[in-house]
Amino acid sequence: MSDAPALLKTPLNAAHRALGARMVDFGGWDMPVQYSGILDEHNTVRNAVGLFDVSHMGELEVRGPEALDLVNYVSTNNAAKLAIGQAHYSGLLYEHGGFVDDILVHKVADDHYFLCVNAGNQDKDFAHILAANRWDCVVENSGPKFAQIAVQGPKAAATLQKLTKTDLSAIKYYWFADGEVSGDAARIAHTGYTGEDGFEIYVAPELAEARWNELLAAGAEYGIKPAGLGARNTLRLEAGMALYGHEIDASISPLEAGLQWIVKMEKGDFLGRAKLEAQKDAGLNRHLIGFEMRGRGIGRDGYEVRADGTPAGWVTSGGPSPTLNKNIGMCYLPIHQALPGVAIEVMVRDQPVEAVTVPIPFYKRPK
Amino acid sequence: MTYPENYRYTKEHEWVSVEGDTGTVGITFHAQSELGDIVYVDLPKVGTKVDIGQSFGSVESVKAVSDIYSPVSGEVVETNAILAHAPEKLNEDPHGEAWLVRIKLADTDQVSRLLDAAAYQSYIAG
Repeated sequence: MSDAPALLKTPLNAAHRALGARMVDFGGWDMPVQYSGILDEHNTVRNAVGLFDVSHMGELEVRGPEALDLVNYVSTNNAAKLAIGQAHYSGLLYEHGGFVDDILVHKVADDHYFLCVNAGNQDKDFAHILAANRWDCVVENSGPKFAQIAVQGPKAAATLQKLTKTDLSAIKYYWFADGEVSGDAARIAHTGYTGEDGFEIYVAPELAEARWNELLAAGAEYGIKPAGLGARNTLRLEAGMALYGHEIDASISPLEAGLQWIVKMEKGDFLGRAKLEAQKDAGLNRHLIGFEMRGRGIGRDGYEVRADGTPAGWVTSGGPSPTLNKNIGMCYLPIHQALPGVAIEVMVRDQPVEAVTVPIPFYKRPK
Repeated sequence: MTYPENYRYTKEHEWVSVEGDTGTVGITFHAQSELGDIVYVDLPKVGTKVDIGQSFGSVESVKAVSDIYSPVSGEVVETNAILAHAPEKLNEDPHGEAWLVRIKLADTDQVSRLLDAAAYQSYIAG
């Protein structure tokens, strides 16, 4: 233990410890997995508002007159469609069509794109984009310049609006504004990873603890609670959102993961495109699908899935759904079985437990 | 949290409380605290023979699955029916109402070799 490398800390590390969080090593980061309890935090986000430290996430910036060319070459979605102040979900792919990472692309200016990437992938993503930079773009790994706080839940806007003159109702879903929070510069994005309404704010690291405490105070009347990585995972699972290393990784293409909506073939060439076209022409062999447990037991990450009594796939993410009060999960299955309503078995501790495939997502917030 | 003086404990965070030739087995307050919200408990059937140190079931929280290792050898004579529909009781009263199984002891001497409350508490204090 003592010779393990020191864990990375976000600017909110001391705040988490003061709140009594249980901390875990998350991809080399010392992060809060829970404060009051995963179920309580989960339900607070669904019913009111929760606050997440997501400062471990990486930020990469692409600048220069040809920034769009580079961004569009390394990502699957079409960044040419973004207006200034707009963001979208996208994929970074290898030439062989598997994921380097899944990312959010924000268009700050015609010559400036801001990419939010997974914590554990930021160095790999940075090297990948640099290697593809046959234009004259400046690519910066600007993670250390930003802390990121997610305010999520039906009372997220009401909470955050108390602290900013930036009109949050004017920021449409998957748009962002370079505004202020408590008088200091903040990038306020109407994005999230919980399936609820909410905002993700990017601020200077030295301001993070002040913003965190102000948000907790502003949300007190709505019952705001800090929420950890445990609730973040159950929330995103219910919303059917992919997690790198689970639903997607270097061996999985976006077509298999049900993410064809972020693949824009018409935009021209991009890394991985040829392989995706070949996959489309040949037809997919496997696809992601949801499942619900029917028998007693919980299908968890990595468990084998059987169909017609034979091994057919694996659980990518699985666990209890606090909102639906069911045990749910996502799995890969052969394409002819990756449809809703198929009887399957999940091997739970060497015992087959009945389950049935269902569509993704499991949960959609009421509009 | 108090750890009853008359219970004996394992380094795998089970407890056993002996009356006559029967041991009541549960998981410790520390164990439930480490697991977090418990959502599912898998217990052996009555009549199952268990050996000391053998996994006889599991406790699942939102995040993780954890094996339960028998602190003693013997035969399961009763399981706690409450846990099938109210697994969260394990978070609330792990040393009392949320016991897991009762085991007819094959060897009552085994218990004396387990940790007492003070030794267990110094073990989890690390």
